[in-house]
Amino acid sequence: MPEQLLQQIVNGLLIGFIYSLIAIGLTLIWGVMNIVNFAHGDFLMVGMFISFWLYTLYGLDPLFSIPICTVALFVLGLLIYRWIVSKVMKGPMLAQLVVTFGVSIFLANLAVYLWTPDFRLIDKPLLSGTWNIAGINLSVPKFVATIGSVIASLFVFLFMKKTKTGKAILATEMDREAALLMGINTERINSLSFGLGAALVGIAGAFLSTYYYIYPQVGGTFGLIAFSIVALGGFGSIEGAFIAGIIVGLAQTLGGFIFDPAYKYAIVFMIYLIVVWIRPQGLLGW
Amino acid sequence: MGTRKFFVFSLFFLGLFIFIASGFAQPKVIKIGAIYPLSGNLATTGLDCKRGVEMAVEIINGKYDLSLPLAKTEGLPNLGGAKIEVIFGDSKGDPRNGMAEAERLVTQEKVVAVIGAYQSAVTKTASQATERLKIPFVNSDSTSPTLTERGFKYFFRPECTDTIFAKNQFEFLQDIKKKTGMKLESVALLYENTEWGANVGKEEQKYAKEFKYKVVEDIPYSQNATDVSSEVGKLIKAKPDVLLHASYITDAILYTKTFKELGFSPKGFATMAGYLEPDYLKTVKSDGNYMVVRSTFALDLAKRKPLVAQVNDLFKKKYGMDMSGNAARSFTAPFVVAEAINRAKSTDPEPLTKALTETNIPGDQIVNPWKGIKFDSKTHQNIYATGILVQIQNEQYFTVWPFDMASKDVIWPFAGWKK
Repeated sequence: MPEQLLQQIVNGLLIGFIYSLIAIGLTLIWGVMNIVNFAHGDFLMVGMFISFWLYTLYGLDPLFSIPICTVALFVLGLLIYRWIVSKVMKGPMLAQLVVTFGVSIFLANLAVYLWTPDFRLIDKPLLSGTWNIAGINLSVPKFVATIGSVIASLFVFLFMKKTKTGKAILATEMDREAALLMGINTERINSLSFGLGAALVGIAGAFLSTYYYIYPQVGGTFGLIAFSIVALGGFGSIEGAFIAGIIVGLAQTLGGFIFDPAYKYAIVFMIYLIVVWIRPQGLLGW
Repeated sequence: MGTRKFFVFSLFFLGLFIFIASGFAQPKVIKIGAIYPLSGNLATTGLDCKRGVEMAVEIINGKYDLSLPLAKTEGLPNLGGAKIEVIFGDSKGDPRNGMAEAERLVTQEKVVAVIGAYQSAVTKTASQATERLKIPFVNSDSTSPTLTERGFKYFFRPECTDTIFAKNQFEFLQDIKKKTGMKLESVALLYENTEWGANVGKEEQKYAKEFKYKVVEDIPYSQNATDVSSEVGKLIKAKPDVLLHASYITDAILYTKTFKELGFSPKGFATMAGYLEPDYLKTVKSDGNYMVVRSTFALDLAKRKPLVAQVNDLFKKKYGMDMSGNAARSFTAPFVVAEAINRAKSTDPEPLTKALTETNIPGDQIVNPWKGIKFDSKTHQNIYATGILVQIQNEQYFTVWPFDMASKDVIWPFAGWKK
């Protein structure tokens, strides 16, 4: 049945672009600082909750709360870097590894404390419903989220390639000491990229909140998938994360549809293993 | 009398006084362990179960004019009014944690019995630990049939099993056919793939064969997915008359949304567990309408059983919300344990286990729609446990099956998703 197959491809793309946006934020942080941000999924959760509360308390539609989410998450990322991560960067390797893990547990449990473990959904978002185009069901909020993710990803890409600050981030990624010698303030770059990574996942959170349920542990699975996307695309590579996100989205829906849904995540991780076997640095890593 | 003698004398009396006073004024506290997923993905479910347990303990320890066991007296009368104290353990929804928590509760907290643990997979490991430590485990909220098929000596289950639930679902379909004259020939099975869901799938396969329904799709899936469109795509392709879905809360929400989004509308949905949670309806709202869910409790049972309304009033006063099916299930175990301890007049494992095997609580002393609680001598499964089916109509649960217990007529077939 080709119609269902086409439907699955559409669905794969719809979730894939969101994955991409989440993973770009993660790969940015990793690339610049060599730190795995285990709290990335929890940043996503915070973004979703901000969007939810703005809607519930002030009636602001998630679509309009995107700028607020972006700024709020940027500040959160910046503060977490300044107050916690930068201190630990001077400490032993193990401390660097586990610090973001601690942040993750803290954020998730703080959310349980503040907002209870209940599930929430934005019940009447501006964007809702489904378009039926030639037999294919296209969810409106998912479609808009996809367009938004592509724009945000493109923006990051251009920012990195065209602006001086972006180039400085790239330079720091490639060689921190050389960048330092060239007069780049790497400490500033660190906090900037941590904030930027968090801001990106904040955008993804705002978009996700238009159609996905929200609860304190929502970041778990998304975070895990983002890790495999970053590894698949190549650590630190923005283009790599973008492409890998789409691959994972498609592999998940198509693999589940053609084979058995029980194996859909297994298929995703198998693709990852195969790529790492042939190209250990990932698709576009260096 | 010398001062010295007087001092020793008065000290002796003082000691005696304290000894006696403590014996009288402070009744013994009996500790019971309870394991639930209090954090992690199932934290809302765990909280719901915890409330059921706390409500039960409050009724046991206090004085209430209810027909529940031990409600009319404070504490356990045969043990000098001893009070029950529940120590909670957090499984985080993980079987390994569940086992570790069971061990901690028994060895460190010295609990005399354990209750819990909602998920069948967790109950399985946790009860393995208690069996080894020879401590009774009373489970009123897991339904996997394998739990009582292990021949454990210290494991008791008042709750219904999935064997009965799966059979109920097909009996319901048969009754629908008879009532409406509608042709129902095929079913699709959709279930989460841990201990509980996988066993539901197995039982449903068995009964589909027995009742002559064609299984057009059989989909196990792992819970907490980010996207389930491939599963729903398969269902749309298979075009079943009825979907049988066994899921926990997260998947119930995600699937409902995806069914609507992709336009999957069979003639009916017969579901389990996740669809029964307070958070399900709070989240999906009117999209949950017409789902048929298996249960052993419903508020509208109050019509023939006033006790249900009385307990729900207490619950509502305490927590500001109606008692859910989950809370009601977990509510039962503390009574079974306390009633057995009271009869055994002891908290030692052996007499307590013996008392549990002799449990015979009549139907008018429980909130569930059963004839009572009495355990099979071999499996320790409650022989009276049966299920009911409720349907969501106007965002409320109503008993619709068995037809003679129904408070509302079942709405069938499913009218399709409203835009």
